Amino acid sequence: MTPLVLQPQSEAELGEMIRAAEGPVSLRGGGTRGVAYGPGTVLETAGLSGISLYEPGALTLVAGAGTPLAEVEAVLSAQNQRLAFEAPDLRRALQRHGVSTLGGVVATNASGPRRVQAGAARDHLIGVRFVDGMGTVVKSGGRVMKNVTGLDLVKLMAGSHGTLGVITQVAFKLQAVPECAVTLQTQVPLSAGLALLRRALGSPFEVSGAAYGPFGAALRVEGMEASVRYRVASLKALLGGDWVETAGDALWVGVRDAQGLNDGALWRVSCKPTAAEGVVAALAGVAHQAIFDWGGGLIWIAVQGLGDAGAALIRGAVAGVGHATLMRGTGAAAFAPEAAGVAALSRALRAQFDPKGILNAGIMG
Amino acid sequence: MDMPLPDQRILNARDGLIARLRGVLPADAVIADPAETRAYECDALAAYRCAPLAVVLPRTTAEVSAVLRLCSQMGVKVVPRGAGTSLAGGSFPTADCVVLGVARMNAVIETDYDNRFIRVQTGRTNLAVTGAVEADGWFYAPDPSSQLACAIAGNIAMNSGGAHCLKYGVTTNNLLGVTIVLMSGEVVEIGGPWSDAPGLDLLGVICGSEGQLGIVTEAYLRILPKPEGARPVLMGFAANEVAGACVADIIRAGLLPVAIEFMDRPCIRACEDFAKAGYPDCEALLIVEVEGSPAEIDAQLARIKDIALRHNPVAYRESGSEEESRKIWLGRKSAFGAMGNIADYMCLDGTIPVSELPYVLRRIAEMSAAVGLSVANVFHAGDGNMHPLILYNANKPGDLELCEALGADILKLCVEVGGCLTGEHGVGVEKRDLMPVQFNPADLEAQLRVKDVFDPDWLLNPAKVFPLDVTASRRAS
Ligand SMILES: Cc1cc2nc3c(=O)[nH]c(=O)nc-3n(C[C@H](O)[C@H](O)[C@H](O)COP(=O)(O)OP(=O)(O)OC[C@H]3O[C@@H](n4cnc5c(N)ncnc54)[C@H](O)[C@@H]3O)c2cc1C
Ligand SMILES: Cc1cc2nc3c(=O)[nH]c(=O)nc-3n(C[C@H](O)[C@H](O)[C@H](O)COP(=O)(O)OP(=O)(O)OC[C@H]3O[C@@H](n4cnc5c(N)ncnc54)[C@H](O)[C@@H]3O)c2cc1C
Repeated sequence: MTPLVLQPQSEAELGEMIRAAEGPVSLRGGGTRGVAYGPGTVLETAGLSGISLYEPGALTLVAGAGTPLAEVEAVLSAQNQRLAFEAPDLRRALQRHGVSTLGGVVATNASGPRRVQAGAARDHLIGVRFVDGMGTVVKSGGRVMKNVTGLDLVKLMAGSHGTLGVITQVAFKLQAVPECAVTLQTQVPLSAGLALLRRALGSPFEVSGAAYGPFGAALRVEGMEASVRYRVASLKALLGGDWVETAGDALWVGVRDAQGLNDGALWRVSCKPTAAEGVVAALAGVAHQAIFDWGGGLIWIAVQGLGDAGAALIRGAVAGVGHATLMRGTGAAAFAPEAAGVAALSRALRAQFDPKGILNAGIMG
Repeated sequence: MDMPLPDQRILNARDGLIARLRGVLPADAVIADPAETRAYECDALAAYRCAPLAVVLPRTTAEVSAVLRLCSQMGVKVVPRGAGTSLAGGSFPTADCVVLGVARMNAVIETDYDNRFIRVQTGRTNLAVTGAVEADGWFYAPDPSSQLACAIAGNIAMNSGGAHCLKYGVTTNNLLGVTIVLMSGEVVEIGGPWSDAPGLDLLGVICGSEGQLGIVTEAYLRILPKPEGARPVLMGFAANEVAGACVADIIRAGLLPVAIEFMDRPCIRACEDFAKAGYPDCEALLIVEVEGSPAEIDAQLARIKDIALRHNPVAYRESGSEEESRKIWLGRKSAFGAMGNIADYMCLDGTIPVSELPYVLRRIAEMSAAVGLSVANVFHAGDGNMHPLILYNANKPGDLELCEALGADILKLCVEVGGCLTGEHGVGVEKRDLMPVQFNPADLEAQLRVKDVFDPDWLLNPAKVFPLDVTASRRAS
């Protein structure tokens, strides 16, 4: 008899379980996601845990997909290093408990405010191992920073939400924590604030955060102390106005985790930065709150009181300039419908990697 | 190198094919005269040449689509081509193929500084992308040494890197979206001027796919504001191991130079003879470049100097002017030319974990001594991407084969120590048969399945990337 929850302790055992599976299998890393699990058996990756290689001098880490993110962050922090893409902690926003895992971070291609400078999980992922829908173990990439050998399945697995395979091991390139970080803040109206952020991003002063929210417009500058001092002064001169300097990461953690957007449906909108204002303007007259990250390229929006969670308004406004994912709430599909050509390719890829159609079936639409 | 026998049926249909190509393209876009197709017989892996059936040079995505639709109906293979600078034989034609070159598609479609992107047709050269935005203070970061000649098309297909990728990443980290034409002729838009893919990251697998999945005709590229300035420093060391340790310490210290380039003694000598850059006579040389305002540069170089001095450099020279910077880079940038001046050479491109650098350099010296060929090393040390240059004599019977065998052994060594066969040049035909060294059958099968989705009849860029025996059944059906 199949147990209710599968808990493989090794890649080989996982392979056997998937080969034997006849019905849908829902993958669970730390279970910190918000969407309900699909039908069928739940498979937990917690047993595929542990750091197998950490070379600080080469800025490389290899670990099991079930390894808790927090464990990795603690190990890196002891060597003054980090994962540069700032994986969010969405437990509060998604009303979940549990511990986020490396596999979940990769499967959702997680990223935070530093994306404007350093990219997302996909840009730091240098190797994966996974078990496909037939139970076969596949590897792509490796543990070196530059690698163009064969098709880049590493990127394909990042953000695949468990629909192409169960990730068993991941390799990341790391970043040294810079010695200094300063946040600049100013209170200005939305339109002016977003324009300031875009100007800062278009300057040579290497901003690693550019957000707008209840705190006003905020910029982050990181690096060597002397360099940060210089760039902060240059940004102030370039942008004009009154900027307050603060140290510490609290504001950026708040932006990263969509803090404060606890009521109603929660959307994550990825768009052309100059389109951001228009997207939110489409919600005029509807109760909502928004936080803008990436200079407007990412908008977190909480919408209250609409049956479709606001899908028609938001997806209508973002059509052609980006797309919107429903992270919390019901009444609309989580992922935006894709154009026919893209949808056909994606469907065909899933059929190749998971011909039985059992892995996280249907969760990406 | 083995190539499949050309398809006689297609060779026989050549005249009809050319007539039909002329039916869907303007007259000057179809080249069939063997004297004129000669320029397309090889890429920068010039040891291998083959005349294609015809060359087409379309100007629009619609024309590309028309050609692919026609070729797929007739079962004719197509080899995509950018500028033909591939060092891996990526755009090497087969006798039964049509070469589709995008060189005439070189327009800038849109420049948007507010949203930090440029949209171009992919035949535009890498340097001309930066050229289009430079006057306004912007640049496109990936900078292969071939950037004057190579096209964005080839950069995307090979996921090319450059000297500055340590800081800015390679092509895939700077690509936002593409227009791709599938072999069926279908045009698909993937990604766009926003950051996240809405569904599967198709863009990620298209970048670096070496023309196996479709023909990329337009691209959205991330552009960046130009740094205020840059300054290199040159340091010489008494041993490769010491230079390697210095690189590790710089990285460990959290300094982020834009480039860390490494040259060994044979390479230093050759470059010095050729370019007279004034390099010190030593075992190993590093060029480290940092960016920022003058004060930021001073601060970073002070740190780097502290670290370097701990390793007792035999030379330490900071650039004090534009002219000195140019001289420091001169030798490095002319490395390939310098080698070409001495002998024929083959350029390898394996990547290794940086910690294995001293061991791998020692092994390469032993292996090359054993077969009696010289190897010079020049590479991107910050990320472990090596470029051993094996010198040989093309006119001496057997020398090319000896060189290729040594090259294969060096690449196997790279894989053995935890690295890979190619860091930025791609597999092409050159490393095709070595793929099983790095990948087992299941790993390769997963890649073939992706190809099956995009190009089910296996007509695009045939006999590349994957070993012939592994793809035989797919190519036959
Ligand atoms: C619809 C939706 C979209 C999201 N998109 C993003 C995003 O774009 N960026 C972002 O930063 N955060 C995103 N998240 C949040 C993300 O889920 C969490 O931030 C966290 O990273 C997940 O970690 P976890 O270990 O708890 O994973 P879980 O919550 O357990 O799983 C997250 C997803 O990944 C899959 N998964 C988990 N482990 C594996 C594995 N080993 N192999 C294959 N698949 C696995 C799960 O099936 C699930 O689909 C999204 C959440 C939802 C609900
Ligand atoms: C002197 C020299 C220095 C070099 N330095 C570097 C370096 O520093 N870094 C680096 O990464 N590379 C370097 N290269 C290698 C080469 O320049 C790169 O691989 C470059 O990206 C190739 O571009 P291309 O336009 O010449 O492509 P081509 O050689 O024409 O083609 C390369 C590949 O792309 C495919 N292709 C071409 N156009 C398309 C299209 N439109 N759609 C789909 N596929 C297509 C081809 O089929 C082929 O497989 C160097 C080469 C030389 C000769």
